[in-house]
Amino acid sequence: MAYVVLRKDRFDDFVSALSAQRKVMAPVSRGYNQFEFDEVHSGREIALSYIPTILPPKKYFMPQRETLIQFNSDSAEAVVDFYNMVILGVHTCDLAGIQCLNMVFSERPKDYNYLVRKNNITIIGLECNDYCDKYASCTLMSAELPNGGYDLFITEFDEYLLFHVSTQTGEDIINSVGIFEPANASHMSRLAGYRRQKRSIFNKELPVDSKDIAALFDKSFNSRVWDGLNERCLACGNCTNVCPTCYCFDVIDEPALDLTTGRRYRRWDSCQLEPFARVAGGANFRESRGHRQRHRYYRKFSYPVRKFFRYFCTGCGRCSRACMANIVLKDVLRDLLREHQ
Amino acid sequence: MNRQILNSSHFSVERGVIVKARELSPHDKLFEIALPEGKRLHHDPGQFVEVSVFGAGEAPISVCSSPTQGDTFDLCIRDVGRVTHTIHTLREGDTLGVRGPFGRGFPVRLFEGNDLVLIAGGLGIVPLRSLVQYVISNRRDFGKVSILLGCKTPEDVLFGDEIEQWNKRIDVHFVCTVDKADPEWCGHVGVITSLIPEEMLIPERTFAVIVGPPVMYKYVIGELLKKHIPDRQIIVSLERHMKCGMGRCGHCQIENLYCCCDGPVFHYDEIKHIEEAI
Repeated sequence: MAYVVLRKDRFDDFVSALSAQRKVMAPVSRGYNQFEFDEVHSGREIALSYIPTILPPKKYFMPQRETLIQFNSDSAEAVVDFYNMVILGVHTCDLAGIQCLNMVFSERPKDYNYLVRKNNITIIGLECNDYCDKYASCTLMSAELPNGGYDLFITEFDEYLLFHVSTQTGEDIINSVGIFEPANASHMSRLAGYRRQKRSIFNKELPVDSKDIAALFDKSFNSRVWDGLNERCLACGNCTNVCPTCYCFDVIDEPALDLTTGRRYRRWDSCQLEPFARVAGGANFRESRGHRQRHRYYRKFSYPVRKFFRYFCTGCGRCSRACMANIVLKDVLRDLLREHQ
Repeated sequence: MNRQILNSSHFSVERGVIVKARELSPHDKLFEIALPEGKRLHHDPGQFVEVSVFGAGEAPISVCSSPTQGDTFDLCIRDVGRVTHTIHTLREGDTLGVRGPFGRGFPVRLFEGNDLVLIAGGLGIVPLRSLVQYVISNRRDFGKVSILLGCKTPEDVLFGDEIEQWNKRIDVHFVCTVDKADPEWCGHVGVITSLIPEEMLIPERTFAVIVGPPVMYKYVIGELLKKHIPDRQIIVSLERHMKCGMGRCGHCQIENLYCCCDGPVFHYDEIKHIEEAI
């Protein structure tokens, strides 16, 4: 459990040195308060103060499109495409999201496409000192503080960055760059003070204990709240695309123009889209938007609790920010709570 | 970007050879498939495979023959979409991709020593055929066996010649009904629930198996419950689009269950509180 310190004026050197070793992905500003994880080569490109990126870092673990099989007329081979990369500046909510995906794809039968990529990604987390905006519910989901899932973790102070070195991979990076100083007792007490102060900023966003949310869903399957969402949802699929824990996919064949070679690829799919649960005869097992929204919420707050013993919501607020119909996750939970008061 | 060959990928397919292809109806073809080097599929009745033609895609298809058939297995495929349409163009000697078998099949061990009522609606006879063949191959392991088949019209009755054989056997009771008869039809007319035999039933030693279109389950289950068959002994095979077969892609999800892994065969007591199931 080592901590090291990097003076802020050396951050640029750190990123440059890192990007000389491998690809570095980090949040960059795209204007209009929109941010995106993208490749960077210097610290100046990175937006260290950012609200959740449009897409979570899951896009590096499970790309929007990825080839599973390449084929020609005689043979077919399963393949995986990957980069050796560092994702720098991952907020604690997104670290939690990656932990969820890790569980899903490590289950048997294992998904080796995901796991090969995972093993080639180094993660550097970044602590939040305040709420991103009104949509965040990270405290309710216990994701406001670091909870593992990183190689290095940065806490930002006025004049320096404090790095928690969590794995050997992280230690190797620190050693290879060689511009860090060991943290001393005053750094550590400042970190403790910072975390204490966070406790007064991050308060449970809804009047419910996190552990009681699953029980709330146990009695909400036929709630009127879903009828309300049925009226409002546009079935665009934005909420699932931007969700750090949504992983549903479709598998599609794409023949090349020569008609003898081609690829079978996986792409993101969304349970919010009308054909998602349709079968060949035409029957659709989740025909209404209300049922599809209900399914999404149950996939966050109920079903994974039974299987993985954790919620698949990280409180990042992306689904609420991206919703064109202004369906806000916190409001939906609040409405469900009210129904049972 | 690095590209690596994945020998362990569960998306890899085996090349199955079409040993025999036979038209069952204008929309349905029966394919007999052999895996390379005489390898067996080792499936349970009621399981399914993912079948693919590279360039067209992949589709989940139930295995409609019993594992007792030997080195080959049968797939009955209706021409309804891009993949199945392409498969219909294949001929004997052609290959197709096979992954699987997947899912939980019929609990045949539990059936042993008990009476069976096997109920199929329309295309439901396709997955159920694997069980019928299995039961006939191991006939003395089971008690009384009834097979009830309901179809829209006589033209929709698949496996006519095979059904003729079942009809002739002294050790199975076979009945067929259609919603709408034609002048040549000599069988029953009416809903399938009317075929459930009254006298057969010693409820505690009867297992009922239902495979049919989604709309059929409620009525048939209701009828079986009226005859006091225990929930646990009512077995259904549910239809969903099982795209990946690994409990991940989400398409076949029924609330917290994945049809491809937890099913497609369920005991009624497992799903009776699950509103999305039937």
